[in-house]
Amino acid sequence: MARIDIDAPDTTQLFIGNEAIARGALEAGIGFAAAYPGTPSSEIVGSLSAVARKMGIYAEWSVNEKVAMEAAAGASFAGVRALAAMKQNGVNVASDFLSTVIIAGIGKGGLVLIACDDPAAISSSNEQDTRLLAKWLGIPLVEPGSFQEAKDMTKWLFDLSEEIGTLCMLRSVTRISHARGNVKLGELSRKGHKAYFDQIYDSRNVMPTAFMPIPSALRHAFLYMKLDKAREKFESSPFNYYVGPDEADLLIITCGSCWLYAQDAVKTLKLEDRIGILKLGTLWPLPEKLVGKHLNKSQKILFIEDIEPFLERSVMEMVANSPEGSHYPTFYGKRSGHINAYGEQSPDLVIKAIGSILGVEYQPRDMEYAKKAEEIAKSHVSDRMMVFCPGCPHRATFWSIKNALKLDGRNGLVTGDIGCYSMALGPSGFFQVRTMHCMGAGAGVANGLGKLGQFGFNQPVIAVVGDSTFFHATIPALINGIYNQSDFILVILDNNATAMTGFQPHPGTGMTAMGEPAKVISIEALCRSLGARVEICDPFDLKSTTATLLEMMAEGGGAKVVIMRRECELVRGRKEAPPYKMHVDPDKCIGEACGCDRLCTRVFLCPGLIWDKKTGKAKIDEVICTGCGVCADICPQGAIIKEAT
Amino acid sequence: MTVRQLVKDPLNLIITGIGGQGNVLISLIIGNALVENGYLVTIGETYGSSQRGGPVMSHIRISGETQFSQFIPDGCADIILGMEPMETVRMLGRYGNPSVVTIVNPRPIYPIEVTGGYVEYPGPDELMEIFKELTAKTWIINATEEAQKMGSPMFANVILIGALIASDVLPLDEKSIEPILRETFPKEIEANIAAYRKGMALLRQEPMKKGL
Repeated sequence: MARIDIDAPDTTQLFIGNEAIARGALEAGIGFAAAYPGTPSSEIVGSLSAVARKMGIYAEWSVNEKVAMEAAAGASFAGVRALAAMKQNGVNVASDFLSTVIIAGIGKGGLVLIACDDPAAISSSNEQDTRLLAKWLGIPLVEPGSFQEAKDMTKWLFDLSEEIGTLCMLRSVTRISHARGNVKLGELSRKGHKAYFDQIYDSRNVMPTAFMPIPSALRHAFLYMKLDKAREKFESSPFNYYVGPDEADLLIITCGSCWLYAQDAVKTLKLEDRIGILKLGTLWPLPEKLVGKHLNKSQKILFIEDIEPFLERSVMEMVANSPEGSHYPTFYGKRSGHINAYGEQSPDLVIKAIGSILGVEYQPRDMEYAKKAEEIAKSHVSDRMMVFCPGCPHRATFWSIKNALKLDGRNGLVTGDIGCYSMALGPSGFFQVRTMHCMGAGAGVANGLGKLGQFGFNQPVIAVVGDSTFFHATIPALINGIYNQSDFILVILDNNATAMTGFQPHPGTGMTAMGEPAKVISIEALCRSLGARVEICDPFDLKSTTATLLEMMAEGGGAKVVIMRRECELVRGRKEAPPYKMHVDPDKCIGEACGCDRLCTRVFLCPGLIWDKKTGKAKIDEVICTGCGVCADICPQGAIIKEAT
Repeated sequence: MTVRQLVKDPLNLIITGIGGQGNVLISLIIGNALVENGYLVTIGETYGSSQRGGPVMSHIRISGETQFSQFIPDGCADIILGMEPMETVRMLGRYGNPSVVTIVNPRPIYPIEVTGGYVEYPGPDELMEIFKELTAKTWIINATEEAQKMGSPMFANVILIGALIASDVLPLDEKSIEPILRETFPKEIEANIAAYRKGMALLRQEPMKKGL
């Protein structure tokens, strides 16, 4: 199997894009890598941390993306090549620092930001396009169009960063970061690292080296000079190339994963002699001379790119500024409606766009077969609702929250956050969550709701947050709530893992990214030190959890904390056998006659419980059930039996 | 690298199942074997969030010529390895065509819509009819059942790898997989090799269902 530290130059490995990026960083001689996990970026620092000790580098899971970016910059200031990796939402968290470090400049060590976008928001709360941020702040930007380029570009970007003295950014998307493909390896860097913050005085002997964004206007002007230099480099970059005829009926301008889709689409339509593709790898600043040279190839230009019309607008800006008398081609893309400015692209969507521009028919399969297959799938295939895993502590927590809010009777509500428990917006969390935005926002929003008493507001407010999200962005909101006496309960769903992104350690777990023991930062001690009342519950104990929540809601009087402590079942299940063997006693389960209206299978929604239509009773799916035993406590008849294993 | 020739290029393989069944591991093992044999391989994986129970599909594009994209265009699957029957039908609806070949584990994993009693899960005979109707060849491999006999349903994915290799639809021979299994499962290698061989034997015993 592929390993990113394999010392076998010129061999070909099967890497996901994120591993290719990590390998590129090792070939570049990186010394420092920091990240907060976030899909689809997590495997970059995940794979680097796994080989860090062996490779003599440092890698960490930082508490959030801003700290990751700042820590990486610190390494750069001391002359060590450094990267920070994050998903698109994380770039927002880091953006305050980005906006100043880009003006201030970097140290002797190259500094690279890897931003992984999630078109179609497959695992995100937005589908923002971080390329716009690069243009907005003035960060030189590249985007790999293959797995090989993901590696090669990362390596090259460190050289560029050092050469022009600025932070550079590589944008990836889910379909590069999380897809796999061939990557031919280069040499691992053998350079050792020597870190030193060189405090020499400047040429006028006024002050020692300082990294700062002032005087801002002057440094901003320098940044434009650096960007011109980057543009010059980009004009001759091997990551930009054209394939196709000298004169084309259609010129596609594309980048990133869309390059692969465009190539597939043209091949599938067998239009290689009519359509040319200009594949760009260096996106900002736009290599205008290169683009200008290829624009003449066709009167019809189609832009294919994921999310926003970034290249489309940049090329239009460039054409609008071209010398008088130049001929404007017809542009197709997101503006014209041929390509969506939302969701993700695919070969099929590109085929459709080409078809409508050039009037080409495409029929991938026999019409009669297609009709039959689609009809059968429609009538025989069910959706699969997103639900918590079997044995998940969150299901039990939301069961208690739901019951406590009902028993309290004041129409209380839950503000949500980012993690597996975002699913509590839906049926699996019994529709308990009413708001979900970004990391830490649940507690932030609760701060506002909890201060509305003077306007007649008396609904209890519960903010739920995971343990990792608590450390990432919730502590300031909790401090705010305690100090300003906002009336809400912060429920910390402590499953001892950053579960959603692959169980990365965090400050509450006692382990670093490199597998070394660390001092646990106790969530309860931290909260108590702020003066909050803190209770710790076992979510599997439904009765006492519900009672605790009810009592705290009744108490009111400022922000307080409940920690729901239970290890993620996916982690527990790897270490131990199920605690219980479950079965349904068919004599006790009286089915529809019960009056519970199938509480276990219709409402509780654990995939390990099945409603058997034939017998009219519930049963356990022994392949799925993890033996947590919670369902035994929800059955009104006591028909679900747990036996200790 | 020597250029490899395929009967059809690209060869489009879909591996479909439910989160937690080991879908991604199959695509990794098959993908690595193909790369070691000199092919250009692209694997696109689609899964929901991290939770168990969601549909998972891997698109594996195998070529001797170029790095294809991560998506098989609609209607263009050559082989579907179905770890779960309903998911196999879902894939046939979108990617099937008259010459598609499928290998199916018939053990259902019921969606919540079914366990909750809202939706009927198609019966085994009905499923068999669908596979006959929509595929050129289908092998039914009782992977979960056999895996449970071996001590854990988790062996089902390796059993299915064995079946896939024995079906001879991929340009891989029996021997190309075992070294990768040894690397992947250093601790439980004997059981996994046994599961792999079991899968090969099951496919060879199993008559193709087409036209029965």
